[in-house]
Amino acid sequence: MVGLVLVSHSAKIAEGLKDLTSEIAPKHNGIIEAGGMEDGSIGTDAIRISEAIRLANDGDGVVVLADLGSGLMSSETAIELLDDAGINVVLADAPLVEGTIAAAVSAMCGSDIEAVVKAAEDCRGVSKIQG
Amino acid sequence: MATRVYECLKAIGDKIIANKDFLTDLDREIGDADHGVNMARGFQAVIEKVPEDEADIGAALKKTGMTLLSTVGGASGPLYGTAYMEVAKIFAGKDTVNAEDFKLALEAAIAGIQKRGKAEKGEKTMLDALMPAHDAFSEQLASGADLVTALDAACVAANEGVEFTKTIAATKGRASYLGERSIGHQDPGATSATMTLEVIRDFLKG
Repeated sequence: MVGLVLVSHSAKIAEGLKDLTSEIAPKHNGIIEAGGMEDGSIGTDAIRISEAIRLANDGDGVVVLADLGSGLMSSETAIELLDDAGINVVLADAPLVEGTIAAAVSAMCGSDIEAVVKAAEDCRGVSKIQG
Repeated sequence: MATRVYECLKAIGDKIIANKDFLTDLDREIGDADHGVNMARGFQAVIEKVPEDEADIGAALKKTGMTLLSTVGGASGPLYGTAYMEVAKIFAGKDTVNAEDFKLALEAAIAGIQKRGKAEKGEKTMLDALMPAHDAFSEQLASGADLVTALDAACVAANEGVEFTKTIAATKGRASYLGERSIGHQDPGATSATMTLEVIRDFLKG
């Protein structure tokens, strides 16, 4: 099953989002949060993200979803650190909450990594209040 | 006994930590007021985690980069972390610094920061200090100057670069939200990059 790594500056946002996914994808063990810094402060940590990617991978690859700013830069760095690890890992260009939920549903349905990335990225620009 | 490279990294850390409030205040004007705090936290960890007896400059710089990646927290973490890790490759297995390697190191740092931040010169970032510094350094080297003389010129150019960042609008990072209103303020990243070069110069002179 394609794994997911949830990256946020805030540990609480990442943990809360993980809780949300466990409602809809309770049997997915490869959804790993990597929020905040090791000491609990706000920020992102490329090393923790790369460890989360390793944990999330069961061989089918991993999609990383990040919030903003250094969340994206730290995620890109984490992916580079794993260059030699042979893990198929993609940083999705998607809103964190909506993208994560869509990706979790898609992964649970057994989609391959390209389809999971597409499910997340299809959330870009989706209007929440139809006019 | 602490090695030269450790002493130099500690000197950089001490300078950043001493300027924590100054760098944070610069960032408060145009960003999210965390540059000094984040960099100080990162370099405090560098001082603690890089082994004092590490003589291999490449290994010490790689450890510095990895530590910054995991302790800085903001965008400076991946930016400086990547820069140090790229520079580490130039000095892998070496325990001395020569002028030619230093030029390659500046190039590697700039390339690493560009890869990570996707910025160009003139976007009010640390590149506005480092790119002129590299150009001045290379020019001096080409005319036969030694490492310290070339570094002197690089520091002058880097400081001019910091002054230049006051005149331009930010188009990258949090400061870009302010657009034209960021004009008049110097860039915190360019400032900390210049401090780093100055510490290295003073260290090599001393």
